[in-house]
Amino acid sequence: MTRVAVVAAVIVLVALPLAPSLFGSYAVTLFTLIFFYAFLGQAWNIVGGYAGQLSAGHAAFLGIGAYTAAVLSVEKGLTPWIGMFVGGALAALLGALVGFLGFRFGLRGFYFVLLTVAFAEICRIVASNTEAIGGAVGYYITFTGDPRQLQFQDARAYYYLALVLMLAVTALVGVLERGRFGVYLSAIREDESASEALGVDTFRYKMLAMVLSSFLTGIGGAFYAFYVFSLQPASVFGIPLSVEIIIRAIVGGAGTVLGPILGSFILSPLAELARYYFAQSGWHGAHLVVYGLLLIAVVLFLPEGAYPRLARLVRRRVAGAA
Amino acid sequence: MTLLETRTLTKNFGGVRAVAGLDLAMTEGEVLGLIGPNGAGKTTVFNLLSGFLVPDEGDVRFRGRSLRGLKPHTICRLGLARTFQIVRPFPRLSVLDNVMVGALVRHPEAAAARARARAVVERLGLGHKASHPAVGLTLPERKRLELARAVATEPTLLLLDEVMAGLNATETAALVAVIGEIHRAGVSVLLIEHNMRAVMALSHRIVVLNFGEVVAEGPPAAVASHPRVIEAYLGEDHAGAAPSR
Repeated sequence: MTRVAVVAAVIVLVALPLAPSLFGSYAVTLFTLIFFYAFLGQAWNIVGGYAGQLSAGHAAFLGIGAYTAAVLSVEKGLTPWIGMFVGGALAALLGALVGFLGFRFGLRGFYFVLLTVAFAEICRIVASNTEAIGGAVGYYITFTGDPRQLQFQDARAYYYLALVLMLAVTALVGVLERGRFGVYLSAIREDESASEALGVDTFRYKMLAMVLSSFLTGIGGAFYAFYVFSLQPASVFGIPLSVEIIIRAIVGGAGTVLGPILGSFILSPLAELARYYFAQSGWHGAHLVVYGLLLIAVVLFLPEGAYPRLARLVRRRVAGAA
Repeated sequence: MTLLETRTLTKNFGGVRAVAGLDLAMTEGEVLGLIGPNGAGKTTVFNLLSGFLVPDEGDVRFRGRSLRGLKPHTICRLGLARTFQIVRPFPRLSVLDNVMVGALVRHPEAAAARARARAVVERLGLGHKASHPAVGLTLPERKRLELARAVATEPTLLLLDEVMAGLNATETAALVAVIGEIHRAGVSVLLIEHNMRAVMALSHRIVVLNFGEVVAEGPPAAVASHPRVIEAYLGEDHAGAAPSR
């Protein structure tokens, strides 16, 4: 197992940082997306995977972070390096509101899912009808290439930024998982009443998970805004984006540290390829069908996600070799 | 010294009076058995004591303090821990992590809580299963895990809801010994139990409940021969006294 850990560490710390100098520009874009969606999946993992509170509206937090950082930068000249934290804070505020309503009134399962979807939809409709931020047409950021405004000529800068985001949040989740916070969240996911009986303030810990998760997702939104340079309510607040976030964690293994990363490495290339080829043949949106089939396959054959299965295989391999 | 006291504790479910003006008192260091036919209101009493249900009337006082309006997690923190009749392990967590959740109440540092949990797991004879997920445990092991988690919260008073149900004679004897040991370590115990041998062996005093009211109370031998107790159990078929699962 230690040898596996060393190999993984080498890949992460040496190969991934060096890779862009060897890649073509398409690969740089692809890996940037892999890292970014792994980051979003990991942020969702805190509340959805560990605490087991299935938020299906995380697009709302991403959208708020994206619009906040973009508007502050364009209208007020505030650097997105600060604006991303303002966006994260506003996203966390919405997360606290959604969490309070959901947890205070004991909404579980489908009801919590519907609540989170409803809030994301409200955000989408409000954004679509607010002319000050471009309405349904969208909000556009003029490209200046100024690093102080989180804009880069060189696509590799985004690659590194996304890599740092992914590694930082994964390290955070790895630390939290071992401490009281992580153990309590897992206990809440497994059995809320039993957790209460054992002294876990379930409301408080679910709230903390929701606020942290939405804050991080809001920060991801700022990255999105300055990577894409255009924000449309339908795409940043839409249900498909929420699904993109969730599905990576679930396919990779919700409630595990490496699950969302593995899920993103599996799904993001698939999504890009499917989007590209299906779009060429005029089958727009057909990649969602591929997602649907994949999700059904995962639920049927790998209900815990790919990572737990992979970890067992590796362990058996290592044990067999020793 | 009085450890636990209920005053006119009452709970109705629709038209059914599950607990009817119950006055109950326990002294520190006592083992009190709570028995009665199925549907007598025993588990409802536990749910009222542990904060999972709010009483319609009356109050619970624990170590001189009213528990009115407190959430279950706060009550646990005050030193009143419970088990569930239908065991509720965290299935995908290891046995050790299950117990660690309880230990974290007194030991917020993960390392200290883990060490404490390991000691409890060993003491309850689950050491060989510490790293196994709880989902794979046998019923007797699950019962022990349920008990281990509650013990790990380091309670003053332990509420045990039918921890013997479903165990055979040997397993029951072993668990009686474990509970005796926990009691000797300074924990008071309130015990709901259908297994008469276990409840007679452990209890200092027994309270018999029927239709939410106390019908008899006293030392084990006296209660067993009390006419109203025999009456309460008569008419019940034997399924009433058999293990619930």
